[in-house]
This record gives sequence, C-alpha cells and structure tokens, in this order.
Amino acid sequence: MSPPPAASSEDIAAVRADLLRFARLQLRDAAAAEDAVQEALLAALARPDSYAGRSQLKSWVYGILKHKIVDVIREQSRSTNVSALGAEGDSLDQTFDTLFSNSGHWAGNASPRAWGDPQAALRQQDFWNVFEVCLNHLPENTARVFMMREFLEFETPEVCKELGITVSNCHVILHRARMALRLCLERGWFSAGEVAPC
Amino acid sequence: MLNCQEASRLLSDAQDRGLDWREQLPLRWHLVWCDGCRNFREQIGFLRLATRRFPGRDEHTPKD
Repeated sequence: MSPPPAASSEDIAAVRADLLRFARLQLRDAAAAEDAVQEALLAALARPDSYAGRSQLKSWVYGILKHKIVDVIREQSRSTNVSALGAEGDSLDQTFDTLFSNSGHWAGNASPRAWGDPQAALRQQDFWNVFEVCLNHLPENTARVFMMREFLEFETPEVCKELGITVSNCHVILHRARMALRLCLERGWFSAGEVAPC
Repeated sequence: MLNCQEASRLLSDAQDRGLDWREQLPLRWHLVWCDGCRNFREQIGFLRLATRRFPGRDEHTPKD
C-alpha cells in the first residue's frame, strides 16, 4: 500500500521556517523549538486528508504546534523562576518611570502620539521584522506570560495557574509587556518612520 | 482622579478581564480629556491584533 499523497517538501520547508520562528519566540530555546516543530509536522503529515495545500497545512500544523508548546511550557514552568520575574519587572519599571511625571501623567513628549494608519504596517515585511525584534527584546519570563496570553490565547487565570503566579501579578506583567512593546514599536517603527526616507 | 499611569494599567487590564463600574467610570472620564491615553488604548489594541497575526504574517505581506 502506498502512502497517501502528502504535502510537498517545498510546502513543508516553507511552513517549517514560520513555525520555528513562532516556537522560538515562545520557548526561547532553539532545541526545544525544533523538537516541538518536528513533532507538530509529523503529526500533521500523518493526517494528509485533513488539509489541502500549503495554507491549510499551515493552519493545521499551527493548531498542533500550539498544543506542543503548551506542553513544553508546562514542563518548563515547574522551573519558572519567580524571583527572575521580579527582577525583570524592576528593570522595566525603571524605564517606564521615566515616561511619567511625578503626578503619574505622561511626561512631556512621552505621551503616546497617534500612529496614523497602523493597519498599513501589517502589510509591510519591514514592520514584521521590527515587531519580531521587539518581541525578542522582552525579558524572557515577561515574554512568556505575554505570549501565552496573546499567541496561545489563554485566559489570564489559566496563564497564572500554569506558571504558578497570582492573577494580580499576571495583570502587572501583561501591563509591563504591553508598555514595553508599545514603546519599542513607537521608537522602532511608528516615530522612526516619520524621519526615515521612503 | 485617575492619572495616566493608573489609566494605562486599567486599559491593559481591560484586555484581560472585565472592569467594574468603579473602574470604568473614572477611566472613561480620564479618556475624555487625555489624548495620550486614548492613543495608548488604540495602540495596545493594535498590539493584540499584530501579535495574533504574527504567525500568518506572510499571508498579509506582498511577496517580492
């Protein structure tokens, strides 16, 4: 019996690159990311009737990969370093303190300015490169909480439960992650674009 | 009175949990006059959209 027609090797190569980028961002461990991606690809290849063409293959494998990543995070979170989370937070908070005046209002030119048409950025490859740099720039544990919430779309209480932190701590961390990403995108893209030549 | 630091925290929280009216009312009042926080609210909304699109980013950008 011959195996059913599977995805072409070009399809797999194209999808694999994106999956790896996605897994690395969340796991911050190249070997664990490679492992999770390969397992997800194998699981998808075993079910060739479940997708037709590259884009369906991709969304199918992403679904599997998310579960794999959650498994790895569960393993890793047994060793999540709560004091490391605190230290990361202190360092981010020091940055944010400079954004606000003593009365807690936006200080001078730190007040967020309109970004024009941010939707247009989503169609530009350069924007995604900046976005990836900004995500990678988040401290490791802060990034993990943010990724679980926004990529893996966990509800906040689930994130806290998985990582063994309190709900209020979770909200503090998510606020920091958004502050940091917003600032990074503003500096790296939206206000940088104002002075950059086209 | 809510300041911007507190408002930014509530705007972030609103993405993760329901706010009760004691939080909502001062926040809405703050947003009436604070351009920076209104921009902040839109921008963290955009962050969520961009993050969720990140895995499929290649479908949104033209190939060259």
